[in-house]
Amino acid sequence: MLLIRCPWCGLRSESEFHCNGEVRPIRPHSSSLTDQQSVQHTCDRLNFKGWIEEDWCHSKGCGEWFRLNRHTVTHEIDQD
Amino acid sequence: MKPNQRYSLAALAQGALRNHQNWDRAWQSPPLKPQYDVVIIGGGGHGLATAYYLAKNHGIRKIAVLEKNWIGGGNSGRNTAIIRSNYLRQDSIRFFDKSVQLYETLSRELNYNIMFSQRSEVDILLTNTSMRNMRRRCFNMNLQGVDFKMLSADEVRQRIPVLAPMKECRLPILGGSVQSRAGIARHDAIVWGYARAASAYGVDIIQNVVITGIRRAENGEISGLNTDRGLIKTNKIATAAGGENSSVAEMAGIRLPLQTFNLQAFVSEPIKPVLDVVVNCPDLQVYLSHSDKGELVVGGITDAQQISFRRGGKLAVLDSTVAGLLELFPTFRRLKLMRQWGGALEFARDGSPIISLTPIKGFYVSAGWWGGFKAIPAGGLTLAHTIAKDEPHPLSACYRLNRFDTMNFLMESGTTVPIH
Repeated sequence: MLLIRCPWCGLRSESEFHCNGEVRPIRPHSSSLTDQQSVQHTCDRLNFKGWIEEDWCHSKGCGEWFRLNRHTVTHEIDQD
Repeated sequence: MKPNQRYSLAALAQGALRNHQNWDRAWQSPPLKPQYDVVIIGGGGHGLATAYYLAKNHGIRKIAVLEKNWIGGGNSGRNTAIIRSNYLRQDSIRFFDKSVQLYETLSRELNYNIMFSQRSEVDILLTNTSMRNMRRRCFNMNLQGVDFKMLSADEVRQRIPVLAPMKECRLPILGGSVQSRAGIARHDAIVWGYARAASAYGVDIIQNVVITGIRRAENGEISGLNTDRGLIKTNKIATAAGGENSSVAEMAGIRLPLQTFNLQAFVSEPIKPVLDVVVNCPDLQVYLSHSDKGELVVGGITDAQQISFRRGGKLAVLDSTVAGLLELFPTFRRLKLMRQWGGALEFARDGSPIISLTPIKGFYVSAGWWGGFKAIPAGGLTLAHTIAKDEPHPLSACYRLNRFDTMNFLMESGTTVPIH
């Protein structure tokens, strides 16, 4: 089990958290996007071996959203 | 090229008299040649089935299947061996049911016993939401003429007597559904059966080859690939590399709309026969079957949204899967889990696979398999057609890569795929 540091609650078990995937750019207003850019925003996702920055939520705890770096092969977490 | 020795009762009896010294190698692994008509990356079920159908249906002979490790050692050997076609969308139902049909005659076709046991798959439903969803799937399945029917709570209990008694259930069993043609098969036999049949057509199966790069000619077309054993010339490359398709496609210079997740499964110690159907419970996110060896094979869910290329597992998932299992079957609480494994599976944005041509001429993709084991025959058949004719097979046209460009999704996420 991974231990993840919630900014409010400290180190807690991974099962209390929800991962929302990679940190993604905020979607620009549709009027400023071409169709292709809009598709790219929806469908394009990172998929690689290495460190990735993700959004996590302490969903079964305080509900805080925060970011952390996780390695997609070793599952190591770097929160510094 | 040498025809296969036929496996039969007579051959077995003959073998018994000769101390079983008479058996040929099941498939050949000749040295790598410098040039091929088609190179398939990935020696799993899909890669080998594709090679087989290319040779059998399309008469292409100079084919190589390149495998980084050993054949069937990736996701073909890391699944729960369940075969079914109970999907939601018309196109998916047709495709996956074709696969079930091909499985039904595969042992005979390949002369290799794949031990396909059509023991039924029963879904156990605990909430009104899943009852409603399943009824919708049932209607769609029946519209396509595929067997699927709803069960009452009593019927579910009759089929699975080992279920927890009503008074012990946290959530009552409201009902269920059943596909009676669904079942399980021996995964290694499918890989080896296809390998043997492909090898008889002269397909070169090469293990322990690592692809280091994909070469393209000046006009952008595929011209060959670099491996740790040297350059191979070819104009057609297909990738069927399980969780690694993204990396292969990157070598060719395109990005596939895929993410790789970890999915894990466990087996218990062997026990006496207790469960004669495949059980799936979408509400508790657990599915299991009783293997021929007597082990309970239990599958869990994926770590939603967490990209992972690790083939191990995670304790948190084991924990929640076992909790779900014991809620349905408290009797199993004293069973020991013996082994656990994980596979790297790919997920496209809509939960459906990709069997397709790509913007690069001569580069073909079979990817995004989530439950790809059940799709091996149909996936091989349609990818072979796509490679040979340079156009999609009618059954897999719905899985073309450019559906993402127009957001023409074939949504199967949230149906059999518990992710959204």
